[in-house]
Amino acid sequence: MSDKRSSIEEAVASLESGMTIGIGGWGSRRKPMALVREMLRRDDLTDLTVVAFGGPDVGLLAAAGRIRRLVYGFVSLDSIPLDPLFTRAREQGLLEIEEYDEGMFVTGLRAAAARLDFLPIRAGLGSDVLPANPHLRTVRSPYSDAEYVAMPALPLDVALVHMNRADQSGNAQFLGPDPYFDDLFAMAAQRTIVSAEQVVPTEDLLSEGSFHTLLFSRMYVSTVVEAPRGAHFTTCEPDYGRDEAFQRHYATSAKDPDAWQLFDRTFLQTDEAGYHRAVAQFHAPEGDA
Amino acid sequence: MTTDATLAEICIAACADTYLDSGEILAHAVGVIPTLGARLAKLTSAPDIVLTDGEAFLLSGPPTPGLADASAPAVEGWAPFRRIFDILATGRRQSMMGASQLDAFGNQNISLIGDWDRPTRQLIGVRGAPGNTANHRVDYWISRHSARIFVESVDMVSGVGNDRARQASLQFHHLGVIVTNLAVFDYDTAGRVKVRSIHPGVDPQSVVDATGFAIDVAGSPETRRPDAEELRLIRDVLDPRGSRSREVAD
Repeated sequence: MSDKRSSIEEAVASLESGMTIGIGGWGSRRKPMALVREMLRRDDLTDLTVVAFGGPDVGLLAAAGRIRRLVYGFVSLDSIPLDPLFTRAREQGLLEIEEYDEGMFVTGLRAAAARLDFLPIRAGLGSDVLPANPHLRTVRSPYSDAEYVAMPALPLDVALVHMNRADQSGNAQFLGPDPYFDDLFAMAAQRTIVSAEQVVPTEDLLSEGSFHTLLFSRMYVSTVVEAPRGAHFTTCEPDYGRDEAFQRHYATSAKDPDAWQLFDRTFLQTDEAGYHRAVAQFHAPEGDA
Repeated sequence: MTTDATLAEICIAACADTYLDSGEILAHAVGVIPTLGARLAKLTSAPDIVLTDGEAFLLSGPPTPGLADASAPAVEGWAPFRRIFDILATGRRQSMMGASQLDAFGNQNISLIGDWDRPTRQLIGVRGAPGNTANHRVDYWISRHSARIFVESVDMVSGVGNDRARQASLQFHHLGVIVTNLAVFDYDTAGRVKVRSIHPGVDPQSVVDATGFAIDVAGSPETRRPDAEELRLIRDVLDPRGSRSREVAD
């Protein structure tokens, strides 16, 4: 089995402007934030199509002007309903938008994973999702008079996911309560970059969770990045929960241009180690800094 | 213990009543009052409904923070997000959702305010509303009934209303009721929102004034008050810390 480990810089250097990039996780949960932060450091990486159940990944990339087109089911920070960076970009008309019902979005990933053009689904009929996405078509059942939405496949050039554990060849494990749709993202993509809290020897994969937690196989994975606290400030249960104080700081800063400049300088204009030092500083008791 | 129910408690009982004929379905509830309504129904009139912890687990019963010595409900099933979509497609689910806008045919909007191309306010997105309304019963909960929410037409149909569902021949479309802090509504044979009951102590004219489309309040009955046992369960067992009054003030 090949060793697919890579530095975060090398992994993200393989991304190119104009690509369609799927980002795993859900809202403000188990987002590959370390990879997203590295994408923000790549000033030349623009014109992206981002496909996600969005959280701060979408907010940050949208605010940095990296997203041309956003394909999503929702964008939310969970405990804070809306991401201010995303809503502002959207209200300024800066993004091309494909907004889907959540089930439609999953069906689009399933279609791509199965190398089909589309899959039928009932969701969307009668709603304004159809007129808002004029490329959508319906399909007549060959067996009855029923009509369904022909949800087009959402094929990805690259998927980015963050997992609890992976081995060096890319077998990926979730230890939290919910796998989200990370395996579907991986199967819908030409290649997948997995960041993981820990890269462990293959024989240790079952030491923390049963075989049911082995979410997807190295067959789908091209690159493995060890990124401890790589989902921060989103959740990575059971390794850590959401950093609610920091998320509040993110959302509050995002609403004010001056505060955002300071946030950007403090947390984003630095490398991954610098980010985590700045977060530690943020949490240090007053006077301790 | 007083038997005078608060407005919040009346709303909880009205939410619980949405499960009377539901049978063995997954109860999905958004908001404090709807969540308490589903839990109350589980303990009273609808013991077969399936509750979740709001995350990935199905629970054998409601959390009971008022019973200090009670054990936590058992996990009886695993339902991560992917399974939720599978469950709703089978129809074995019932939702009570919120709404940023709701029109006279029960079309609901949670996506955006203004134009699609350049919204004045981007909201959460349609989320699961199109799929929920295409697949199983959906009720709505409005904690602050106003003419900004009850509008003539919504800006982006997320949850499908009765007129749209008929046009699209949605076989499994089923809108139940709308519970607000003022009244309970259902739908007439033409699919239009109509008053089912007005909460005790609420002036019927205030319901008319707070609704942005024509509504007839003449002869509306009062919403039922929860009985003594329901009040005991709400106050002492399910919500001893009174979180319900933060969503609907006493």
